Amino acid sequence: MEKCPKHVVHFIHAFLDGEITNEDEQVMNEHLKICEECRETFEELRQTVTLMKGVGIVEAPPGFVNGVTARLPKQTIKKGPSKWFRQHPFMVAAAMFLLLMSASFFSSFENEQQFSFTKQPNLVVEGETVVVPAGETVVGDLVVKNGDLRIEGEVDGNVTVIRGSKYMASTAVITGSSEEINEIFDWLWYKMKSMAKEVIPASKDPKLENE
Amino acid sequence: MDELINKRVKEVLHGNQEAFEEIVIHFQHRLYQVCYRMLNNAAEAEDIAQEAFVRAYVNLETYDQKRKFSTWLYRIATNLCIDRIRKKKPDYYLDATIPGTEGLDMYSQLAAVQKLPEEEVEKMEMKDRIQYEVNRLPDKYRTIIILRYMEDLQLQEIADILEMPLGTVKTRVHRGREALRQQMGSM
Repeated sequence: MEKCPKHVVHFIHAFLDGEITNEDEQVMNEHLKICEECRETFEELRQTVTLMKGVGIVEAPPGFVNGVTARLPKQTIKKGPSKWFRQHPFMVAAAMFLLLMSASFFSSFENEQQFSFTKQPNLVVEGETVVVPAGETVVGDLVVKNGDLRIEGEVDGNVTVIRGSKYMASTAVITGSSEEINEIFDWLWYKMKSMAKEVIPASKDPKLENE
Repeated sequence: MDELINKRVKEVLHGNQEAFEEIVIHFQHRLYQVCYRMLNNAAEAEDIAQEAFVRAYVNLETYDQKRKFSTWLYRIATNLCIDRIRKKKPDYYLDATIPGTEGLDMYSQLAAVQKLPEEEVEKMEMKDRIQYEVNRLPDKYRTIIILRYMEDLQLQEIADILEMPLGTVKTRVHRGREALRQQMGSM
């Protein structure tokens, strides 16, 4: 077969695959007429195919279906949520984000039990109470966590007391806004506001500008 | 028919296990036949074909309903058969790549059955002889030849089942056919 053109072998296979063009089939037939070796190969291949197709059908033994049923796992297959998750990866990511974010909000509310406050030079600390002494002016915002705040002097900025109380002497002046946060939702709101302020530094409380 | 099968698939996905039985009834003979041809052993074929259905059931949610269910089912079954054949073979370093070949390992060179003495082969009935010769083909030709000629599948469908390019399937059909012709030459 080496001496025969290689494409004839391709034609034979294309013929057996039922994919030969009429022209190629003619070329093949011309060659098969003159070349005994190729003709033999062709006949053998054709016979092989015929024999294979003729091996007949085997059927599954009786009881096959019951065998499958018996082997199926008892619980119903996984469906619903997991499929929905797979089809909506974005929603899952968004939900996870919210969940984790809120978890960090809550845990930071619950866990931060330590007394802390914004460091300003003229503050006085008595136990867990931060005092703005009379006649002093604190410039800048003041945040007190897990402690009380007593204002006798002046605060030139916003005042926030988280889980604590704020006492104002008659002489007290706060130029900014002031708030006390004791509930978790206040806390959340506060966190969101301070985050927004970080992102958009220019945003100010409109009330502030009115004053 | 495909529509009916897809309807049943949806029912199973909604928790109706009985709908799966209809799928099994519909495909049992075809799937059993592939396994039988691949493994040449009735007990093993039954075991593997049943296992294929169980796997299909368990993983049904991964089946892409835009594609043909039978293609997916055939893929599970042929993969299980190939695994089983490999496990049966003696454990030389079959995974080792043969030098000078492109990613061919010893697996691809081994046939599913050992060669029998000539005289025994000649006494075989024609059907058994064909089965015997097909099983002696190297793995990569055998599966394709079985799907093409014993299951009577189209080349494109075989390409889908085996997740191979159509061109590769064609080449392997050609070579498998040629290899068979030479094996049968002594008849």
